[in-house]
Amino acid sequence: MSGITYKSGREPHPKEHRVVFKNIDREGWDTSIDTYMGEGGYDQLKKALTMEPTAITNEVKTAGLRGRGGAGFPCGVKWTFIPPNNTKPVYLICNADESEPGTFKDRYIIHQDPHQLIEGMIISCFAVGAHLAYIYIREEFPEGAQILEKAIAEAHEKGFLGKDIQGTGFDLEIFVHRGAGAYICGEETGLIESLEGKRPYPRIKPPYFPAAMGLYLCPTIVNNVETLCHVKHIMELGGEAWAKTGTPNNTGTRILCVSGDVKNPGYYEVEVGKVTMGEVINDMCGGLKEGRELKAVIPGGSSAKVLRADEVFKVGRGDDTRELTIWDIPMDFDTLAACGSMAGSGGVIVIDDSRSISWVLNNINNFYAHESCGQCTPCREGSLWMKKITDRVVAGKASPVDIETLEGVARNIDGRTICAFGEACSWPTESFIDKFKDELVSDTNSEMEEALVNPESVTAAANLG
Amino acid sequence: MSEEKPDLIDVQINGEWHKFPKGTRMIEACRAVGADVPHYCYHPKLTSPGNCRMCLVEMGMPPRPRPGEDPPEPDEDGHLPIGWMPRPAIACANTIAPNMGIRTTGELTEGCRKGVMELLLANHPLDCPICDQAGECTLQEYSVEHGKSESRFRERKVKKPKNVEVGPRIRLDDERCIMCSRCIRFTDEIADDPVLGFTDRGSHTVLTVYPGRELANNYSLNTVDICPVGALTSNDFRFQMRVWFMKEVKTIDTNCGTGCNITVFSRQGKIYRITPRQNNDVNSDWMPDSHRLNFHWIDSEARLTEPLIKLGDSHKPAAWTEAIALASDKLNGIDGSEIAIIASARMTNEELFMVDRLSKHLKVGHVDTVARKGENDGYLISEDRNPNTNGVKLILGLDDPGSQIEAIKEGIDQGRIKALISLQENLIDDAGFTAETLQKLDFFVHSYPLANPTADLADVVLPGACWAEKSGTMINVTGRLQRLNEAVDAPGQTLTPWEIVRDLIQATGGGNGIYSVTDIFNQLSAEVSEFDGITWGQIGDLGVPLIETGVTIPLLEREKERIAQGIIVG
Amino acid sequence: MSLEVPKELEKEIDERITHYPESKRSAVLPVLHALQHHFRYIDENAVEWAAAKLDLEPIKVLEVVTFYPGFRQTAPGKYHIRVCRTLSCAMSGSYELMESLCEKTGIDRSGVTHHDPIAVSADGKFSIEFAECLASCGFGPVCMVEDDFHEAVTDVDELLKQYP
Repeated sequence: MSGITYKSGREPHPKEHRVVFKNIDREGWDTSIDTYMGEGGYDQLKKALTMEPTAITNEVKTAGLRGRGGAGFPCGVKWTFIPPNNTKPVYLICNADESEPGTFKDRYIIHQDPHQLIEGMIISCFAVGAHLAYIYIREEFPEGAQILEKAIAEAHEKGFLGKDIQGTGFDLEIFVHRGAGAYICGEETGLIESLEGKRPYPRIKPPYFPAAMGLYLCPTIVNNVETLCHVKHIMELGGEAWAKTGTPNNTGTRILCVSGDVKNPGYYEVEVGKVTMGEVINDMCGGLKEGRELKAVIPGGSSAKVLRADEVFKVGRGDDTRELTIWDIPMDFDTLAACGSMAGSGGVIVIDDSRSISWVLNNINNFYAHESCGQCTPCREGSLWMKKITDRVVAGKASPVDIETLEGVARNIDGRTICAFGEACSWPTESFIDKFKDELVSDTNSEMEEALVNPESVTAAANLG
Repeated sequence: MSEEKPDLIDVQINGEWHKFPKGTRMIEACRAVGADVPHYCYHPKLTSPGNCRMCLVEMGMPPRPRPGEDPPEPDEDGHLPIGWMPRPAIACANTIAPNMGIRTTGELTEGCRKGVMELLLANHPLDCPICDQAGECTLQEYSVEHGKSESRFRERKVKKPKNVEVGPRIRLDDERCIMCSRCIRFTDEIADDPVLGFTDRGSHTVLTVYPGRELANNYSLNTVDICPVGALTSNDFRFQMRVWFMKEVKTIDTNCGTGCNITVFSRQGKIYRITPRQNNDVNSDWMPDSHRLNFHWIDSEARLTEPLIKLGDSHKPAAWTEAIALASDKLNGIDGSEIAIIASARMTNEELFMVDRLSKHLKVGHVDTVARKGENDGYLISEDRNPNTNGVKLILGLDDPGSQIEAIKEGIDQGRIKALISLQENLIDDAGFTAETLQKLDFFVHSYPLANPTADLADVVLPGACWAEKSGTMINVTGRLQRLNEAVDAPGQTLTPWEIVRDLIQATGGGNGIYSVTDIFNQLSAEVSEFDGITWGQIGDLGVPLIETGVTIPLLEREKERIAQGIIVG
Repeated sequence: MSLEVPKELEKEIDERITHYPESKRSAVLPVLHALQHHFRYIDENAVEWAAAKLDLEPIKVLEVVTFYPGFRQTAPGKYHIRVCRTLSCAMSGSYELMESLCEKTGIDRSGVTHHDPIAVSADGKFSIEFAECLASCGFGPVCMVEDDFHEAVTDVDELLKQYP
């Protein structure tokens, strides 16, 4: 990365390892294809087009690239789920509906380095045999959509898109499809329904696994923006060399998006598992605000289970069992899962001791109640119920019994819905109650119980208003 | 694994092993062995969105060995141990797999049901006392079985539109709606009239009819039937009668040749409601609104309730004996060749068999029935608007029923036909007869349920029971023999048409020995070769195929296609 | 009342529809976006125009319009503001930002409901609503004014000055 300079105040931290974000905030960088090609842009595509598509998939598998959107599923494996005897068209969709609270990485790729994404997409389409691809971009990125459309037009002009790409006989069109403000469209089958022009109700799985029955019931690969960008770099380095960054089973780099109560929130691309939570918060983000102590961290977007600052996490198996404090947690998929949470989308939300846990949980519950698509019972009814309970907790109009109910509602959603939104909306409540029950209960008032049970009573008149 | 037919799969349900055909949905496998799984959104005739989550069950498969681990050993019957999944699975949309285990009881399954019930009831208005669905509401039913006695819900309920006229026959209460989407799927997939949809989202989602549009298609009331709660109710039935007070009789619709299988709901001799009854060879689960609602005339003021004899310009009431005696006297005085019988293809096979007896006994020269044709609606309504044309052909031996009506009119006009026996047809309104023609007759006897212009001209008017008041059999357009069952008593002194014909035969000196519809059926079955000795009992509630007609029912054909494609269960 | 869609706009819409060779229905969102961009919000006429354009039953379009907060069903002000309400922005003061924007623009949000989330200033110049996570969580509080994105908004006067 020698010779690259970054805009003042936006320089990468020394502990970063910039691959996908190499050109973000870079001096002299712009979104034009000439700039991109001036630094070897589209060379990896040219190389990929000389390879067998299966060889590309194998490189991605060798790399061990795990999806950066939230679930962390191995990308190459996902590609191989397309039925081998498939005769239908194959589609690829780039999921640019970045909407998990706490996550803000795709935005910068799209706004500042769109060709990296386009190149990664074209390579991926070639690998999976897709001739039509869409970038599903959230409506709140109108400028991003324009930038991508311009980039696609440029790639067309240079012969990287369209008919007979680079004389290989491979045809591909990519179109930008704008969402309209729905978190559920980040769920891949909800996204597909939305792209089909319907209400984005996630599909039941089985049978509707996208790789077999996706868009228009044809095999469809849905990958996150960051994931698709990595495909380009896997081409460049080869799967094996790429896998040397990061740690085993948690290979490569990923972008951590840090927000909340730190001095320098922002995005940091790190080798997966090579930096700890402590390094992220204290070194990269400059630590907590003056005089503040860490209370909790939500490590992978708002649906990830919260980690309490004073927890001790037991990770590993058998003889390899280790005890970790929150500061020691290496930021990777497996360790965060072992700590009872997840790496999710890479959105790290830091909460210090000035924050009310009830207020934080209520804010999250408001989000999920607003975003529930309403298709299936538990999430439709439960997400709003949870919001209403925490609304009362925050307003001082809840009794301790309400916290029990709140937990019961979350348990009635978790694992029982059509899509992962059920977990996304119930895990915050479950984990906040699990870890901060005392504080939540302390925000309630047992005298309120009578008012709540008998809303006609004198107590009710006094308390409920 | 033990040897088995390749298309049968071993599945363990609540500890017992069973075999089911490959492709069977879990919910249907459970139902087949009596382990019914509660559900709201699932309907075997519609696509399965899996949205209500009421059918969640505990499910397991043989555990996959980890690398280096030995595969699990089958037991002596060849069954592998089951690794139970920590997460429940929906039984509606998932198909069975070899060696699958399903538990419809136990902590996980019951916990899911309790949970879903509590959530469904959270925003439900709980207005059962004023809800028409009470008594046949699955929400009510399952909350008894799987609900809690006390609600933990302390919030303000979501407010939604109430008492919305979504169409001329249907009202919607959105607060009762549980968003199962059955009605939307029905209008999209079966009725091809997509006017319903969900608007807004999350807990605020509302079932909506597009502003300015109506749910008005002729199958709209089926949405009321499949609505598992009281969200969609029928204007016709609204607030009329509590369902648990009503008597249910399984019978068939007689508005057209399809013969939709129906249930007639009545109380104290009054019909309150008709709903379709599942028959996958006739009407699936559906029926047209026009047929369903065509029953209010049955208890109308216009019903004939006693025999009438013409005296000068008016009729006077008479006893049956008097009326029949008058008729037989007159008929005996006319040569059979000068008598015509116009019977009805709305009559049962048994009635037609008696008509045939009468006609043979009197050596009647002209016999026909009135044809009714309309357009096939492309769904369930057949072109033939008579329910038993095939019975007419078979029993009266008419090749082209209705083709001699004009000849009979001519015969009367020319004085060749002097007497007419008109059974269950209003000749003036429905067969193009004129008063002028009928007035030329020396003697005219007419049976019908209602007072009508034809009756005004008859010498003897006999009150004949309508379809809901009699039992018998009919043969539908596809050649299926089906049973009509008496749902309500006929009013006053009304007799069923077979009794009327029997009395005429007897009074004119014909044979005896017929005491019941089944007596007639047994003779009919012995004498008409196509019946091939079939018994009354064999016909059952769903009928039996009797003759080949080559006629198909369009809606059923489309359903078969969807079943073949695995889109619906059927 | 039918919608008067200018030729140019219809041409743009027709081009958008070609992006979905498998199914015209897929073009519902792009068609609605184009209509909203031009007409500022989606009313019944727009729903029906889109439905006719795409050979859909109007209910299928209404289902979509009402699902997405990105489609406004009432007229916004000349400049429509969306303030991020979600956690990280709330932690960095988005509720205060909302309050201050309302105060400076003279918007009364007391009548806002789930079904009617947009409040418009008396002079019709500004309208405002809360939006869920706008994906710039590290740089809150963030808001959008029309299609412009504003991070770390501290000076409300400065912000509003850009929208005369």
